[in-house]
Order: sequence, then C-alpha cells, then structure tokens
Amino acid sequence: MALAAKKSAAGTAAAGKPAAQKAPARRSEKSAVKSIAEFSKAEELEAYREMLAIRRFEEKAGQMYGMGLIGGFCHLYIGQEAVVVGMQKALKSGDQVITGYRDHGHMLACGMDPKGVMAELTGRRGGYSKGKGGSMHMFSVEKGFFGGHGIVGAQVSLGTGLAFADHYRQNGNVCLTYFGDGAANQGQVYESFNMAELWKLPVVYIIENNKYAMGTAVNRASAQTDFSRRGTSFNIPGEQVDGMDVRAVYAAGQRAVEFARSGKGPYILEMLTYRYRGHSMSDPAKYRSKEEVQKMRTEHDPIEQVRARLLEKKWASEEDLKAIDAEIRDTMNAAADFASSDPEPDASELYTDILR
Amino acid sequence: MPVEILMPALSPTMEKGNLAKWIKKEGDAVKSGDVIAEIETDKATMEVEAVDEGTLGKILIPEGTQDVAVNTPIAVILADGEDAAALDAAPKAAESAAPAVAQQPSPVADAAPAAPAKVESALANPPQPAALPEPDVPAGTEMVSQTIREALRDAMAEEMRRDGDVFIMGEEVAEYQGAYKITQGLLQEFGARRVIDTPITEHGFAGVGVGAAMAGLKPIVEFMTFNFAMQAIDQIINSAAKTLYMSGGQIQCSIVFRGPNGAAARVAAQHSQDYSAWYSHIPGLKVVAPYTAADAKGLLKAAIRDPNPVIFLENEILYGHSSPVPKLDDFVVPLGKAKVARPGSDVTLVAWSIGMSYALKAAEELSKLGIEAEVIDLRTIRPLDIATVIASVQKTGRCVTVEEGWPQSGVGSEIVAQLMEKTFDYLDAPVLRVTGKDVPMPYAANLEKLALPTVQDVVEAVRAVTYR
Repeated sequence: MALAAKKSAAGTAAAGKPAAQKAPARRSEKSAVKSIAEFSKAEELEAYREMLAIRRFEEKAGQMYGMGLIGGFCHLYIGQEAVVVGMQKALKSGDQVITGYRDHGHMLACGMDPKGVMAELTGRRGGYSKGKGGSMHMFSVEKGFFGGHGIVGAQVSLGTGLAFADHYRQNGNVCLTYFGDGAANQGQVYESFNMAELWKLPVVYIIENNKYAMGTAVNRASAQTDFSRRGTSFNIPGEQVDGMDVRAVYAAGQRAVEFARSGKGPYILEMLTYRYRGHSMSDPAKYRSKEEVQKMRTEHDPIEQVRARLLEKKWASEEDLKAIDAEIRDTMNAAADFASSDPEPDASELYTDILR
Repeated sequence: MPVEILMPALSPTMEKGNLAKWIKKEGDAVKSGDVIAEIETDKATMEVEAVDEGTLGKILIPEGTQDVAVNTPIAVILADGEDAAALDAAPKAAESAAPAVAQQPSPVADAAPAAPAKVESALANPPQPAALPEPDVPAGTEMVSQTIREALRDAMAEEMRRDGDVFIMGEEVAEYQGAYKITQGLLQEFGARRVIDTPITEHGFAGVGVGAAMAGLKPIVEFMTFNFAMQAIDQIINSAAKTLYMSGGQIQCSIVFRGPNGAAARVAAQHSQDYSAWYSHIPGLKVVAPYTAADAKGLLKAAIRDPNPVIFLENEILYGHSSPVPKLDDFVVPLGKAKVARPGSDVTLVAWSIGMSYALKAAEELSKLGIEAEVIDLRTIRPLDIATVIASVQKTGRCVTVEEGWPQSGVGSEIVAQLMEKTFDYLDAPVLRVTGKDVPMPYAANLEKLALPTVQDVVEAVRAVTYR
C-alpha cells in the first residue's frame, strides 16, 4: 500500500487509510497532498505510456474533428490524464466506472480499444455503440465501463445504482463515479450522496475539478468551492487531491476504494486538475488567459512530471521515451485510419436496439 | 338535538368500509377525542374519534357490518340532558343509506373532510367486461375475485419469489406497507434487502434504479404517484429508455416504473394528470395501463420479466375495485396485446385503464338505443396494438376513443391518425375523441366533474358517428 501521509482532523491515518468517517471534512483549502509514495520504474513507465496514449488519442480526435470526420460535440480530456490513469490503477477486475460526456480518457484507461472508441467518434459501425452513441455515449460491459452520459449529473445517480447492485449482490466490487465541478451543483448529486451513505454503498465519487464548468469559473458558480467538503452534511469523507500528479491520484484512489470496498460507504475525491483545451471543440476559451493555461502546461503537466522523473532517475533515456511516443502515435494513427475507413452503420441499424 | 355520527371517508377515493369494532357501548359517556369505533378498508384500519360530547345513545350499524357507504349514520350521540326519547327526533337514515345522506353536510368531521360528491357516480361501480372468454386464460380455469390492489401485490410477490434479482424500491413501500398499500406484506416476506424504503428523492432513486438495472438487476421502482415521477423523468427517458440504443445493444435496462396515474379525486391539478400520452411518445419504453384485476396481475408479471423499461400506469380510483382473477400458478398476460372486452357491430370504442369504465357503461346505454358498441381495452399503450383496433373498425366502420388525458397530442389523437392512415377506406364517419377537458384539474367538486369525460360524452360521440 502506498504510504501517503494524510492530513486528518482525526489524527494520522496509519496505513494510508482514512481516519474514522466521523471527520468528513478534514481537508483545508491548500491541502493538496503533501507527500506521496514514489512509483517504481515499472509503474512510472506504465503511467507514462497510458497518459501519453490518452493525450495522443485526444490530439488525433481534435485533428479529425477539424477535418469534419467527427460530428456534434467533442470534449477533449487533454491535461486531466493523471486522474483516470491513477484511479484505474486502484481498481480490480469487476469494478465499474461511469462518467459524463468528457469520457474518452476514461474509456482508454479502462482498457477499451482506441479503434472502437475513435470509430464511435466518427459514427462508424465498428464503434463501441455501432455508431449510434457518439462521443458522449459509449459503453463496454466487458471492461466495466458504463458510459459515457450526456446529461450533466445523471451519471451520479446511475453510478450510485451500479454500486447499489454491487451491494445487493455483495460481490465486493466498487463503482467509480466521475463528474465535474459543474455537475457537482446538480440536485441529484446530493440525492445520490444521501442514499449512498444511508445504505453504505461501495461508491467512490471523483469530482474532476478542472476549474471551469463550460465557461464558468468555479468561484462564479459554486458557493463552496472545496468540493471535497460537498459530502459533509451526509457524513461522507472527502479529500482534495493533486490531480496533476498520478502518484497522488493513485494513493488517494487506493484509500478511497479500500474504504468503499470494506463496506464503510461512499468516499469523495476532489481531483484538482485542468483541461488545456476548451470545453468542447467549438469553445475558444476566452474566459481564461493564455498565461493561465501556459503556466499549467509548463509547471504541472501530468505527463511531463512523469517524464522528468524517468529521465532524472535514468529509468529511461530520451530515445526510450521517443520510441514509446512513436509506438503510441502508430496505434492512434491506426485507430484514426480505421475510424475513417470503417463503413457507416447499415441503414437497418436505425431500427435495432430500441427494445430488446 | 341528538347528533348523528356518519361513516367517515379515510381517503379521497374511499366509498365504503367495514365497521370493524365498537369501542364504546350504548350508554357510554363520550367526549371529544374519544375513540369510539374502528373502521377498516382494504388499505387500513382506522380509529374513529368523537367530535361532540354526550352519551352514545344508539348504535345504528352493528360491528362486523361490511361495506358501509361513506356518510351513512353509524351512531347517535345524545347531548347532556337528552334521553333516548330524543332518538325519535333523529332522522331515520340507517335503512335507506347512501343516496339520501350523500347530500347532507357531515355533522361529525372526524379525520375526514365532509365529502359532498365523491367520485363520479358512473364510476362508483365500474362495469366489468361482459363474460367473454379471457383471451389469456385457459377455458375452465377457476376465477377468484380480487381487488386490483391485491392483484398487483400478488404479481410482485410471485415475481420476487421467482427471481432473486427482482426488488422493489420507493417511498413508503416497506414499513408503511405502501402509501396505497400495494406493497402490503412484501417487507415481511422478502426483508429489507429487497423491499427498500427510499428517501423522498424521486430523481435520485429513479437514477439509482436505472443504474442497478444497467448492472443487471430488475428493479421495480414505485412512484407514490406518477405526478412525482416528473422529477425523475430525465432518468426515465434519457437514461432508461435510450441506453440500449446508445450502447449499440450492449446495456439493457430491465426496470418497471409503477404507481398510480391519472386523476384521483379532489386532489387538484398537481396530483391529477394522465401520463399515458407522455410516456407513449418515447421509443425505448413500453407503457402499460390495465383495467381489470386479472390484467393488472398478468401484465405486471410480464412487465417485471420484460428486458426493457416498462412504465406501468395504475389508477388510484380502481385500486379497490374487484374483478375475477384466474387461479393459476403463473398467470402472465403478454405486453402489447389489446383485447376485445365487449363485442359489438356498430361502433368501436377504444379505451384503457379507467377510460374503460366510461366505455363499458356507455356501451350499456347505447345498447338500450339499439347501438351495439365493440369495446377494445388497449391494455398496453406502447407498443400500440393498432391491428386489433383496425380489425374492429373494419367491421364497424366507426370509432370513438375514450381517455381522461388531455386532447392535444393524446393517445386518442394517435389512434385517430393511424386509423386515418391505415384504414381510411373503411371509415364511415370521422373518428371522434372523448377526452378530459383541456384544463388543469380543478379542485372544486363540480369543476372537477366538468373537467373529466362522462359516459354521456361517450354516448353522444357515438350517436354523432353513427348518425343516430
């Protein structure tokens, strides 16, 4: 278990476990994790590879959107990669993941095939939803990914329901339910928090606070901007996590997942993260300065952090990392090729999958 | 002057109840707040408290009497100084019960408000379909009379015994035994793991139910009424109905949303509306609305087994009504099949749920005029069994639809459109719709009555399309 020393109102949490849940709101404003367990060489390399894969996929998707191959809305995850990669590392087979519309990264982290994801973005028959869902609506029961939901906040109740099923079956599984700082103001989030705590459901709520709900800065939309405290009145423990550091995410993820899996109920992780691109492809992001974005990119980039450590510790050379990058680019190019050449769904698919 | 105590109404739709027990005897002193008797309905047993002070002079309805109409005098209280002789001055209403007293103001308020006009009289004893052979029942099957309330409860209990993945959640479904007592006894049999009281949080628990269904469980989500399901309609439509399609067939959502739908009685606009048309608009949903107890049972069992999201629209006014239910180990009525509830040759009446009450009653009236109506009970609104309607219309050449819902974009409108498109050449007259009026449901008894369709409306519509 990672030895992440947690600050806690109830005292030090010995083995990285959270203290008694009687002290839910124990993070202060500037409490982004202080010390984090180091990753091994293999862990660093794996994290690097997975985060880079998401970034290259998203860059490719952005490019294809520009070429008119992807329609509708397309919300890129660039900048937030450490969140899903770190969290996924804390899961075991059988656990479930559900999120909102900014979902490509979550799918890749779950192990879904970039070809199938990209082909869904282009609306082709080889897409995960046969081209009928698009960017915001993809699923893979096999990989434990339950979408991909386009209504802001709806996935929070649904994820609570997935956890309800785990609890009903007593199967020891946990559901990771992701949502953003924007969704965190929806009423059904709190209805779900209440039931999850009341029934001690094994759910981890991950609030990806990327500082903007579409174009509205967090402090313009939220009376309480410390989202880790949003479960306080339900006695749900929460903590703020440096969502740009994959090691911090993993350490917090382990604590939260262990807590939920052991039958203690829900847990909230607020991931302090940042998206580099606009809300969607059509958003020029005029509501923030170029300097702000540039500062995040140069000082906090989740991939660059891992890359720097790998080089510093001489666990990889520039050439090694270039080779990894080249390999990933090949994979994403192949996905893009597939997604561009795969046929559209047959017209008969219009009337399938409405009822079973 | 002696004061009569009347049989109180315990709910907006109660019409009669049993006088279970007298707590006070004749001659006992009674003061305000004393429990004097217990009455019971199929939902609950309630205590009757005295409002006036005095002596219980005479018990007019002995304990153990069944089916005492609301507002029937059940006892007389004598004021101080009055003696039994004064009883002769009290109106003798006991023998001639309901109709006469229905007009009287209620001197004893009790828990229930004075109830002038109850449910529309035509619906007080809803007609049952003529003794046609039930299409879904083998000949010779023993039939048992059950209320719709009991039939629904039995359907859920049977399916929960059959499949451990079936559970029920909703407000007051467990310890309270159901706000309308539909889940009576389920907690005792299946325990708190499978009979789950939720907080008052429709949007949230509908979403939790859909999520559980996505994981493969088979939830029954009870809404205390469908009016409250509007808070949850996003999860019903955007999550439950669309996910199979949006996932390319990967994620199924086997879930039943059920509860009372439509106008109850005297509960005004926010608690009285018919959602048949709303949900029937949505591809990816099935919508069911039974009229008889047998259909309520058989269709609910089918709905629970169905791999799709099913909206199961019950009707509060019908809950207490009894009709024969086949005594079979596993009586399932397939979804999507209408039935001919009454055969006829001159006109086709299409209805469902409580609309059937008007249609069947009108058919009886029309028969006296020499017009034989064929009455079709749709039973399922979506998928719509238009083939059965068309077959009937091709025989009769005329059609009237009957529903309590609003006219614009109603289910009747859809039937009219489909008949026009698919069997125009067989129509001998325009198809007419009898619907609720295009207004929010008013509270006042007279206005409420005016807002609902009537048997006479149906009779007149039929006379118009038959030119008689």
